[in-house]
Amino acid sequence: MTGAERLGAYHLIEALDADGPPDPRPGQFYMLAAAERWGGGADERPYLPRAFSHARAHEGRLSFLLEAIGPGTERLAELREGDGLHLVGPLGIGWRPPASGTRPVLVGGGIGAAPLVCLEDELRTAPADTGNIDRHIDGKRSPREAQGGYALLLGFRSEAHAEAASLFAAVPELATDDGSKGHRGLVTDLLRRELDQGTPATVYACGPPPMLEAVRALCAEQDVPAQLAMESGMACGYGACFGCVVPTKAGYVRLCVDGPVVDADLLESALFPGAGH
Amino acid sequence: MTVDLCGIPLAGPVLNGSGTFDAIAARRAFGDALLERFPFHAFVSKTITLAPRQGNPPPRLWETPAGLINSIGLPNKGLEGFLASDLPELAELPVPLIVSVMGFSRAELATLVQRVGERDEVAMIELNVSCPNVETGLVMGADPAETARAVEEVRALTGKPLIVKLTPNANDPAAVARAAEGAGADAVSLVNTLKGMALDPRTARPWLGGGTGGLSGPAVRAVALEQVASVARMVGIPVIGMGGIASGRHAADFMAAGATCVAVGTENFRDPAAGRRVASELVGLIGEPPPQTGRHRDPSGGHTPLVFTEGAGSSAPGRTRFA
Repeated sequence: MTGAERLGAYHLIEALDADGPPDPRPGQFYMLAAAERWGGGADERPYLPRAFSHARAHEGRLSFLLEAIGPGTERLAELREGDGLHLVGPLGIGWRPPASGTRPVLVGGGIGAAPLVCLEDELRTAPADTGNIDRHIDGKRSPREAQGGYALLLGFRSEAHAEAASLFAAVPELATDDGSKGHRGLVTDLLRRELDQGTPATVYACGPPPMLEAVRALCAEQDVPAQLAMESGMACGYGACFGCVVPTKAGYVRLCVDGPVVDADLLESALFPGAGH
Repeated sequence: MTVDLCGIPLAGPVLNGSGTFDAIAARRAFGDALLERFPFHAFVSKTITLAPRQGNPPPRLWETPAGLINSIGLPNKGLEGFLASDLPELAELPVPLIVSVMGFSRAELATLVQRVGERDEVAMIELNVSCPNVETGLVMGADPAETARAVEEVRALTGKPLIVKLTPNANDPAAVARAAEGAGADAVSLVNTLKGMALDPRTARPWLGGGTGGLSGPAVRAVALEQVASVARMVGIPVIGMGGIASGRHAADFMAAGATCVAVGTENFRDPAAGRRVASELVGLIGEPPPQTGRHRDPSGGHTPLVFTEGAGSSAPGRTRFA
């Protein structure tokens, strides 16, 4: 661990993965566990590691956004600089390039903002030869930049949660459940408004299952390609346990190896028993 | 530390439990370095059935105190899919291959054993008998006579060693083991998972999509150790012991209780390199006399830390690295 700080209602922890691959893809994830005292919390848990997409990755320095909601996240949120963090990763398949000629629209709900942070980093700074997402080079504007770059829409429960928006370079359009910051209501209200403007878009969404389902349904209705970073209870993260399956039009798929970013087209629904657990 | 398991030489005694490591997916995640530093001395496949199976509806997992309940439901490509697409990839592993099969009738089991047994890539066959026989309604592995009939049905169909995977959900696992031995089994492995269930705290209804599931992990280790000891006393064939093994010390305990080989199961989920770690820790322990009952204490207090590096320094932080 190289750092830990509060970010409003969340925790941002940072670790140095000195031997790790230099360039985990935005939307990939890591299995995390505290090196010491992993176990012995409420109900003698945690036992299994916990899956998190990195918010940022730079030269082996990884940051993760946490909300302390159970024995695993509570223990991870206790960690301080110098403590040991076990990690396995990067794992899974991250965000894919946008559909040709479309503007990326990033939609985050709560802690789901995390994997959009590094996606935004890539949209803004990575050289075009990483091949995935075109961007401006040497100050020149890519075709997408010229038509407005990307849109960033974030929804949170309250102003304290919305402090996570400070991780982004762009000033997002915000929605909060309680109206304490930005639009009072759902981030999908903002998405509908955005899509109604008619600019061809590729939607990148991460958030709680009801939000992802609303994004999926809206994008299906408007025939907009969407990628959803999903969550499902995982034991291993690397395809061993078959525990994290998501029902798709092609049957059950393991979210850890065939996701966690899933094409919305593949799903009948982003809501299923155990989703987001 | 070479081991002879039913005439098959192994470079060591550490296997994986069936269904706890997908070598094909792990190779995709970790690259060919996985093969150079393969975690096990023999590889046991996920159980295959005659017909393809989707597996149980989610949710499939529930974390318990020091353990895990799963209700996966044996998703697999079926016999033909396995032979066509998985077997060639598993044949590239640097260790002997044990294929786990389950039949819902003795005829199904016979087809599976015959077809798998005729493949040169397969060193041994494990019979997963923890399922109901659709003809009798009895769980094959819970009943000595059912188990004996299943083994007798397939014994003559292959010259390959047959391992019977015993369920702990039997009145007398040692009697089932003896019946398997009497019918011609070459080894027994135990324990499979213990039946368990969890309730959704919001609804008080079963959490798992399959209703009930199987408990594994450190939570079952003491039960498993006792069953391995009692089975090993009753049979002359090799015993493969498993159930919550997460360190070399645990493996040494199971071997002291009579196991010829051990298998790492749920710990693979926490640490993909757990098999190598258990094996290397075991090398440092195996020469020691068995620990005295009542005096032995796990130095980690039962909360075995996750360790992704090799070696016995089990509190050293690290990361999974097969390279």
